[in-house]
Amino acid sequence: MDSQPLSAAPRHHQPVYIVDGARTPFLKARGKPGPFTPVDLAVQCGRPLLMRQALDPTAFDQVILGCVNVVSEEMNPARVAALRLGMGAQMPAFTVQINCGSGMQSIDSGYRYIRDGGADLILAGGAEALSHAPLLFRQSAVDWFAELNQARSLPARLKALAGFRPSLMKPVIGLERGLTDPIVGLNMGQTAEVLAQLFNIDRESADAYALTSHQRLAAAQEAGWLQDEVVPLFDRKGKQYSRDDGVRPDNSLEALAKLQPVFEKPYGQVTAGNSSQITDGASWVILASEQALIKHNLVPRAVIIDSHWAALDPEIMGLGPVLSSTALLQRHGHQLGDIDLWEINEAFAAQVLACLEAWQDAPFCKRVLGLDDALGRLDPARLNVDGGAISLGHPVGTSGNRIVLHLVNALQRHGLRRGIATECIGGGQSGAMLIETL
Amino acid sequence: MNAPILEALAPRRMELGPFSPAELKPATRRWQHWHLKRDEQNVAWLLLDKADSSANVLSETVLRELSEIIAALKSDMPAALVIRSAKPGSFCVGADISEFRQLKTEPDVINQLVEAHLLAQKIVDLNCPTIAIIHGAALGGGLELALCCDYRLAVKGATFGVPEVLLGLHPGLGGTARLPDLIDPLVAMEMMLSGRTVHDAQASKLGLIDQLLEERHLGNAVAAVLAGEVEVDRRNLRARPFRLDWVRRLAAWRMRKKADSKAPPQHYPAPRALIKLWERHGNSPDQMLHREIYSFAHLLNTPASRNLVRVFFLREQLKALSDPAKGMHKPAPVRHVHVIGAGAMGGDIAGWCALQGLRVSLFDTEPHSIGAAVQKLSQLCRQKHRSAAQTREILDNLIPDPANSGVAVADLVLEAVPEDLEIKREAYAELEPRMKRDAILATNTSSIALEKLREGLADAGRLVGIHFFNPVAQMQLVEVVAHSTARSSALERATTFVGQINRLPAPVASAPGFLVNRALTPYLVEAICLLDEGLSAEAIDQVAIDFGMPMGPLELADQVGLDICLGVADMLREQLDSHLPDTPDWLRRKVEKGELGRKSGKGIYRWKHGKVHKRYHRKQTPRGTQERLLLPMLNACMACLREQVIDDADQLDGAMIFATGFAPFRGGPMHYAEQLGFDNVVAQLQELSEKHGPRFTPDPGWTAVADE
Repeated sequence: MDSQPLSAAPRHHQPVYIVDGARTPFLKARGKPGPFTPVDLAVQCGRPLLMRQALDPTAFDQVILGCVNVVSEEMNPARVAALRLGMGAQMPAFTVQINCGSGMQSIDSGYRYIRDGGADLILAGGAEALSHAPLLFRQSAVDWFAELNQARSLPARLKALAGFRPSLMKPVIGLERGLTDPIVGLNMGQTAEVLAQLFNIDRESADAYALTSHQRLAAAQEAGWLQDEVVPLFDRKGKQYSRDDGVRPDNSLEALAKLQPVFEKPYGQVTAGNSSQITDGASWVILASEQALIKHNLVPRAVIIDSHWAALDPEIMGLGPVLSSTALLQRHGHQLGDIDLWEINEAFAAQVLACLEAWQDAPFCKRVLGLDDALGRLDPARLNVDGGAISLGHPVGTSGNRIVLHLVNALQRHGLRRGIATECIGGGQSGAMLIETL
Repeated sequence: MNAPILEALAPRRMELGPFSPAELKPATRRWQHWHLKRDEQNVAWLLLDKADSSANVLSETVLRELSEIIAALKSDMPAALVIRSAKPGSFCVGADISEFRQLKTEPDVINQLVEAHLLAQKIVDLNCPTIAIIHGAALGGGLELALCCDYRLAVKGATFGVPEVLLGLHPGLGGTARLPDLIDPLVAMEMMLSGRTVHDAQASKLGLIDQLLEERHLGNAVAAVLAGEVEVDRRNLRARPFRLDWVRRLAAWRMRKKADSKAPPQHYPAPRALIKLWERHGNSPDQMLHREIYSFAHLLNTPASRNLVRVFFLREQLKALSDPAKGMHKPAPVRHVHVIGAGAMGGDIAGWCALQGLRVSLFDTEPHSIGAAVQKLSQLCRQKHRSAAQTREILDNLIPDPANSGVAVADLVLEAVPEDLEIKREAYAELEPRMKRDAILATNTSSIALEKLREGLADAGRLVGIHFFNPVAQMQLVEVVAHSTARSSALERATTFVGQINRLPAPVASAPGFLVNRALTPYLVEAICLLDEGLSAEAIDQVAIDFGMPMGPLELADQVGLDICLGVADMLREQLDSHLPDTPDWLRRKVEKGELGRKSGKGIYRWKHGKVHKRYHRKQTPRGTQERLLLPMLNACMACLREQVIDDADQLDGAMIFATGFAPFRGGPMHYAEQLGFDNVVAQLQELSEKHGPRFTPDPGWTAVADE
């Protein structure tokens, strides 16, 4: 079940404010490494964010960055990013990894440090460059290299060389391995197939949901609603990237219906079109205590009320958001409808829809959530209002950060107050945050 | 990156042998410029630490003291002698050039050099092993001193060079003999003929240094050398062929061809003198050492060398303007620059600041211009041989800022938007309320009066002009322009900023064209007149090149851009009473058609891949063409002096040389005019004005100076 008892009231110490945040455009991985490493992405959105606070970058107490695919030239990317952002040699920085939850874990850790009085100003982010996910040598090839390396005499070397077979050189795609759960042996898409069956989600509904993701993102881009959130990227050739490029404004149900199931052929229903995309992107959020606001003359935009982390069977990891958000609702005496806007990370259309079904499923709510009845229907008009990972992409270590940032932006744009950002986590977990704008 | 802890520990990094850092304070010193102490193995450690100087130079007193020290060592021979610099920045950057100026005659020079050579030989002849430890720069006489030692150990990052040729000389402390004796003579000669810097890795490959190390390993390395564990190969097999006269003659012929093409020998005699020295005496180090003295003494007295030494000091003078003297209040360094306008100039200025380590934000309404600036900066990093890590850091410094947020955090906002008063005023109206209270508002304008720009500013005192020249990475000079209500603190900080980015500031007063454009334009316009009179462009340009300019006026006009030249000429014509000839219609039409010069592939010349295409021409130009071209420039310079656009003739000369490449061996326009004689100048101008019109009317300043 959950990691924290539902009845424990959170300790009230310092309120923790969200001051500002920014992210890079999310760029779809297209077969070869993109122009930016995780730290490059973090630096490119960090620089303008820090600059627009009129803050000295050394004023922070700590930097925390979520990143799953750490590139070997950038060990502890949080620290490398902090140094490259000019935050000073004396800036403590660490990287967190809880799969898809990394970008939210960084915020959560920062939130707890500030809440408990240990820090005043923290930069919490997420960065991921899945296009840089490595190709790996298979174990047999590694063994062969090791043998060659240990061969000291000429006869031994020749013997080792004779053991070479071309098949040794066939690489393993790191990303495929990374997206497969090692305990249950299912990849993430397969866990969505499991949920689709358990909650009766059909292919048409999943495709329809995927379509709205694209339409909403395209509308948001057109209307300029992402201007303050997204800062453009510039590569060394001078090329500018200013928009999330995974979106297909002209997507259609017909086009989606044509796609073959990608994880469980031929009878599955999860396709490339109704799944999140493999993407590069980074995001940062600035967290501050009351003291920091006064000292640095900062205007807060929202306050973090609470967070909750839950865990469940890896085979149905996609259901995680139901657990973590329900815990938050209960703790604060809210109903589904009391939350003005929701961000549920769109790992897979079927997965999101399964969560919504679960809340309307009375036996499930009684047996698993310990409620008296079904919790109710989450109004789709309040959910992922400007699109989500299906159209935007899911840079694994970043998404958790983006959905918190976007939630604040969307609430303020609509003049609304209360929101929950939540996501499922590969391996069978979930994080959720309850935010209120000011 | 600020690294205060590392800074606190820095002094203990240097390997000082038996010395502790505290012992290097001036309190009890037997010699003014040296420290000497023996360690437990009786190795004498000799540290060069010239008094009152941040870098070591071999002045007369330094060498005299060294002579005493060597004599003392000879009488009580140590186990070995280690020579290094106590200055954290470098080993030794050469002779004391200011002392050159005091040597008035060849015999004076010869006497000094003979003394110095005797000293060098004494070091070579010392019976104990001698080890030179080099960190930072070892240039000129500094390198020659190291060459006298048996071994040379260098610290990573050390650089080496013999730049005497840039002063119209060649090495004079034995380098012409010892350098080709130690390394490949062709490389040695190339180093001496070009004056270029050799970096640590190359020095190691050449055998110029014996080991390249981290500072922390020097102690062990010295011990290894003394224990005979360090093998050095002094055979210098590459030098063997050059012992033959005919081999040297052939090589010398090729060297002469190359040297002549770089620097015409009639203006720059030093390269040929060096080649002659080596051609004749390269097979006999003793002869070479001996003849070097006479060759050097002769060169030092040539007008070219005198003028190049003068130019060296003009440069130092301008540099000093951005670096206030000790004790005087030093303005806070600029840490963040915000550049508005990523056009040709703005983008390059922002890139240059980033290259120099400043944080720069760059705004433009067109984001793709910002991207172009990023690309050019990464190309510049490649050209300047920056490592991958350095390039990354430099590119991190340049922050694309399409949201224009940088205004609020910048210490200096530099405006480089198009040359239009309305556009600039609008920009200022938007910027000023958001700027930091003590931030400077600088404009890169070349043709709009600062008096007009300051109207409408809430605080006109913060406005200054910082005027760069194109291309920013090559033109060292920057005009710092003051209008009447500019705050002196703003001007000082702007001037210091120019030093921060490794450029030379020339403080000028706000007047049309400031100094450089006002002086250059009559020269360019006169070239156009000559073109209209039927001379070929190539012939006109050749006249200027023969004078000693790096390129002719018409090629320069194409480089700068005909549109810009026209704009400046129109502005000067309108705002000054100088009778500047009208721009011919054909030139206006050219500009309208888009034939702007180098940037459009066609202007007065055709340009391919950034290189000018010149046709063959017959060199006949009428007598007096050179005067027709140059005197308008001199005339305009005198006008600037008279109107106090710039403070003095020396600063003017420095500014013109470093902004336009004005024939350096002539010492600058005003110095050249002095050599001609002011009354001569006036007479020639009168004659020209009678023949060609009032634009040649001598400026009243020529005769006013004579009257004083």
